[in-house]
Amino acid sequence: MGLVESGRVPKPLSKLLNLSRKYSIWAYQWGLACCAIEMGAAFASPRYDVMRLGVIPFPASPRQADLVVIAGTVTDKLAPAVVRLYEQMPDPKYVISMGSCANCGGPYWDSYSVTKGVDQLIPVDVYVPGCPPRPEALLEGILLLQERIAHEDMAERWKGEPIVVN
Amino acid sequence: MTAVSDPSQLSDLVAEATDTRVNLDFESEGMTLNMGPQHPATHGTLRIVAKLDGEQVISAEPICGYMHRGYEKIVEVRSYPQINALINRIDWLGSFANEVPFILAAEKLMGVEAPPRAQWIRTILFEMSRVANISLFLGDFGLQLGGMTAGFYAFRDREHVLNMIESATGGRFHPNFDRIGGLKDDLPKGWIADSHVAMDKLLAFCDEMEDLLVGNEIFQSRTRGIGVIPADIALNYGLSGANLRASGVDWDLRRDGCPPGLVYDQADWKVWTHPDGDCFARTWVRLQETREAAKIVKQLLDTIPAGPVMAKVPRIIKVPEGEAYVATENPLGEMGYYIVSKGELVPFRVKIRSASFNNISIVPWVARGAYVPDLISILGSLYFILGDIDR
Ligand code: SF4
Repeated sequence: MGLVESGRVPKPLSKLLNLSRKYSIWAYQWGLACCAIEMGAAFASPRYDVMRLGVIPFPASPRQADLVVIAGTVTDKLAPAVVRLYEQMPDPKYVISMGSCANCGGPYWDSYSVTKGVDQLIPVDVYVPGCPPRPEALLEGILLLQERIAHEDMAERWKGEPIVVN
Repeated sequence: MTAVSDPSQLSDLVAEATDTRVNLDFESEGMTLNMGPQHPATHGTLRIVAKLDGEQVISAEPICGYMHRGYEKIVEVRSYPQINALINRIDWLGSFANEVPFILAAEKLMGVEAPPRAQWIRTILFEMSRVANISLFLGDFGLQLGGMTAGFYAFRDREHVLNMIESATGGRFHPNFDRIGGLKDDLPKGWIADSHVAMDKLLAFCDEMEDLLVGNEIFQSRTRGIGVIPADIALNYGLSGANLRASGVDWDLRRDGCPPGLVYDQADWKVWTHPDGDCFARTWVRLQETREAAKIVKQLLDTIPAGPVMAKVPRIIKVPEGEAYVATENPLGEMGYYIVSKGELVPFRVKIRSASFNNISIVPWVARGAYVPDLISILGSLYFILGDIDR
């Protein structure tokens, strides 16, 4: 994997790698609040069935996950745990922020205890708006993320240094 | 654990419960197990700090506050219709049920009464949100005990109810449909017939769950006799809802203190209790309650009176000075709002009494002496929603 780590991958190979990464996302569900139920509906229910998109939503721990869906309100008390979880995930890692609360505070924009946006803590790849977003909206978010993965330049992403939070 | 009746024994228990405050200092014996705030078996972000002796729990303390969103403070700067949109999100599984006690309390202060049709539809939607809420409990509890299948079935059949709620209110999840003095809209065409079909599907789901989950031998061996809560302890801790009824206390606010504005007396239904008080009893009572709720909906659907759905209320809502408390039997237990108004656009103070906060407070008592896997059964069967605990 020396080639991959240094980012010097021939184009066709990187395309192939991206294609396989795109269709084998292990998504860690982090249900925080109401949005978690819609995420559950999208991930676990037969009606929406996320597995047909090549997403496997059942990793036992964040250390096995490529993607984390932050679904719900992040409070200031919880913020250290969010950062901790993100740091535990192996690179390359992606974050979907689901719902207005995780995007920007949502209905609690003037609350004293809510973090106004999870992007203050960790880098976010896709924002899914809504309160709560319908399961279809989350599925679209996943499709957008897959598109992003497909066109990713590994040299760009892996400069050698790990992503440092704060 | 046995039933406790005499006061001296009770005071011992209280002292012990106080001792269970977790001491995070280094201890040479036993170990401290931290579950959460992220743990697959706790819905949302509850953290449990348990002290163990081998596999046995010596003490367990729930640490909440990870989902505290400051409702009681925010509502002091929100007008009444805005609050209505916000409080949907307290118990996010039974959203419509959260609105009703608040609206009823505001109506009580204003001296308005919703027209009969609105009362009927309110009750129907209230019970539908109960079905949506508890059907997920059945699946989720199965999931936590290792029965993945139940979860899939629950998510599948829950969609039928959500469809009906969505077609009537426009929101799958957070309807924001209640207004002071009635409802936002009338029912759409064909809704009543569709709802009958959906409720039939849910009744079939209950039968299925009875075979699949409650009748399952593994499920029974993991829940029977585990986490027993005697009736007097349950009352002392302020438990409500199915947790209380599973301990044999026959108390249901829908029957014993139904506030005016809901029409439970128009339907023929039954309050289920179970004498055991264990995890199995709590699941069983909830299953019967789902059935009962579906039956209430079916009966009320046939008798909806005609008429308007909105009473005459001023455009800009100012609630006159005064105080009111209205509580209803929500899917999780007693939920009430105590509104203090000074006659302005916004309330002066709103105290929210939510069921889960009291229900979870019994965890230190009931978890003592249980084994670690049983802790999952106990937490799952007490059935709390984090938003309902922390608000
Ligand atoms: S965005 Fe809305 S639905 Fe989602 S967690 Fe926040 S309040 Fe709940």
